Amino acid sequence: MKRTYADLHLCPDLRNDEQVESVIKSASQLGYSLIGIPLPQNFPEEKIQQLKNLCRGNKMDFASRVDLNPKTSKELIRSLRRLRRQFEIIAVTCKSKQVARQAAKDRRVDLLNFPFHDPRKRFFDKAEAELASNALASMEIDMESLLTLAGRSRIRFLSSLRREVTIAENFHIPVIISSGASNELLMRKPRGMAALASLFDLSKLLSIDAISKNPRAIVERNREKLNPKFVAPGIRLIRRGEDCQKR
Amino acid sequence: MRRRYLALKIDSNETFTSREFVSAIWDAVLKLYGEYGASQTYLALINYDIEKNHAILRTAHTTVDMIRAALASIIEIRNKPAAVHVLKVSGTIKALHEKKKL
Repeated sequence: MKRTYADLHLCPDLRNDEQVESVIKSASQLGYSLIGIPLPQNFPEEKIQQLKNLCRGNKMDFASRVDLNPKTSKELIRSLRRLRRQFEIIAVTCKSKQVARQAAKDRRVDLLNFPFHDPRKRFFDKAEAELASNALASMEIDMESLLTLAGRSRIRFLSSLRREVTIAENFHIPVIISSGASNELLMRKPRGMAALASLFDLSKLLSIDAISKNPRAIVERNREKLNPKFVAPGIRLIRRGEDCQKR
Repeated sequence: MRRRYLALKIDSNETFTSREFVSAIWDAVLKLYGEYGASQTYLALINYDIEKNHAILRTAHTTVDMIRAALASIIEIRNKPAAVHVLKVSGTIKALHEKKKL
């Protein structure tokens, strides 16, 4: 079966319709069939529908995503309770160890994102991986940082990524590669993204999975859960009996 | 040595000379893989169409992935924002042109 590619983290300025349109068009031209754009928490439903229509016009699928930036684990839990049923993808930007640990063990979190380039501030270690392996979270790597950094900071960043990817592999945590691009010139073809992933020793097969199978699995799993017919994993409501309708 | 030909598209609002383009590629390869790695690529610019912003690059078949990564890492040429995308890869220039037509 032919692989289809996904980029779950495109970051155009949502106030600039022209930029949103050009980024979506570029994604389609580069060969992606599923994209995700982080939306503000109170983003109106009709605007989400507009984005979906725009993607459909470019023969792509759109997944709604929200990026949470909590300062404490309590704040994270509150946000998850409020937003889980509104968005298809929930990513948590882990800016502290406390938040990183809570996000890793919470089954409502889809993506763990570590924004810092300083290795001391990146919290994806064995303990984090152990927690994440018992939950559903995947590790997201944004290629934008890799492209824009240079010199020693890029070297340090690559070293951190290499260590983290090895830990993720050992604990069977899915890795997701996204562009994190705010404009079309920072977007790359799927094969280009996979080639960049070879810089931190992610094998060819795993890097292709990281831009195709893994992101699609997250979106499909969440769409199933958000479906009103969903009861529990593996259990779906097929049809309501007459008794149910009377009630 | 087996060779691979890569059809490239340069995405930018500016136009660049072939010299500037090749220099950007070499810089990217050197940054990522150093002089030892760069020496294994046997890199050569075969064709550069300034109007269409298309180019054909030749490399050793063992270093195609290295060149893909180096090309993907280019974010500017002559200090102007740019991106380079690989359209097709082939073993002969003739087959490359045929693949591009498809």
